[in-house]
Amino acid sequence: MSEPVPITINVNGRKRSAMVEPRLLLVHFLRESLNLTGTHVGCDTSQCGACTVLLDGSSAKSCTVFAVQADGSEVQTIEGLADGDELHPLQDGFWEEHGLQCGYCTPGMIMSAVNLLEENPAPSEAEIREGISGNLCRCTGYQHIVNAIQHAAERMAQS
Amino acid sequence: MIPTAFEYRRAGSVAEALSLLQEGGPEAKLLAGGHSLIPMMKQRLAEPGLLIDIGGLDELRGIQEDGGEIAIGAAVTHAEIAASDLLRDQAPIVAETAANIGDAQVRNRGTIGGSLAHADPGADLPAVMVALDATIALLGPNGERKVQAEDFFQDILTVDLAEDEIVTGVCFQACRSAAYAKLEQRASKFALVGVAAALSLDGGTCSSARVAVTGASSHAQRLSGVEGALAGASLPDGAGDAASGAGDALDFVNEDLHGSEEYRRAMTAVFARRAIEAAAGRG
Repeated sequence: MSEPVPITINVNGRKRSAMVEPRLLLVHFLRESLNLTGTHVGCDTSQCGACTVLLDGSSAKSCTVFAVQADGSEVQTIEGLADGDELHPLQDGFWEEHGLQCGYCTPGMIMSAVNLLEENPAPSEAEIREGISGNLCRCTGYQHIVNAIQHAAERMAQS
Repeated sequence: MIPTAFEYRRAGSVAEALSLLQEGGPEAKLLAGGHSLIPMMKQRLAEPGLLIDIGGLDELRGIQEDGGEIAIGAAVTHAEIAASDLLRDQAPIVAETAANIGDAQVRNRGTIGGSLAHADPGADLPAVMVALDATIALLGPNGERKVQAEDFFQDILTVDLAEDEIVTGVCFQACRSAAYAKLEQRASKFALVGVAAALSLDGGTCSSARVAVTGASSHAQRLSGVEGALAGASLPDGAGDAASGAGDALDFVNEDLHGSEEYRRAMTAVFARRAIEAAAGRG
């Protein structure tokens, strides 16, 4: 009925192969099979965006993708963003602008912002707010997150 | 939330997907973006025994124009529709509507074919397809079948699609003078009331119109009273009068914690007027 099937997903530049049940969600594959616990489970109902990763370069809620659907794809998680010890400009922006309080939404928020800045390197404040509208934060009131993304956009434009 | 166990097959072609559908019978479901189906499976409102993944099929992708007719493959995502220069230029209502579905992550995964086949009462694209008089292309064991959008949507989550058929795409005539206006549920962006208006304009006069509503009722449907009132109307000034009876004419109106029946009827007239004004502004 639902025998484990083989999958290979390139996660953060490294090919990861496993036998998985078809009903295994991508977020659980990342967290439980690969121990990449930076991707969080929030609402588990496709709304809060805490589980956001890049799937073949586009942001996706990994609680709403089966791992088998990602077979042969590339996935980037928050763990794959920094270059060694050097933080990605968005990670740096969240640090500098205090873009978090409890931090639970932060990995998903940053991955959504990566998708946003790739499509629109110089977004307006309204475009940033729309771009992260699939990610809920219950602490900050969003203003510092917007500041963090603006900070990153400016830094990325300079480099 | 863990769905019930199922078998997963990735179809290599539409033909293979069709034969898998026949093999699986009532237990089989098609999966593309999965953004309607997977949430339902996690809540165990849907428990298919076989999922046939058609999301990656090139045959179901692409946006093309030929002699004024635009065709969109079923597995094209909302994000791709929103970003399409062809659609922005020749059918801006479609690109704009797709750009306001859900959020970025949902638009990156969700597909037009999935949205139309699922037929959520609050989905945006069904109303737009009815207003554009789109044709929905289906493929089954006996070959291709084409259904007009207004006949395709039949009731809540119910469409003219047999168990062994696949939605392969949708096509419609290019149309600039069309617009969609919605009152959205703020968290989900589903339409509490959404109205799409496609106008034929002769200067400031409307010669004919197609107007369709979603969200307000069980399924996307035409507002024929508004269409009749628009024939010969001078726009944009006549939009309010033409739209005024829109809500009252609906047979069945949804009611939930987001809006009473009375509120949705009132908003149907308001958003019909806004859609007509916006469409007339493009003429």
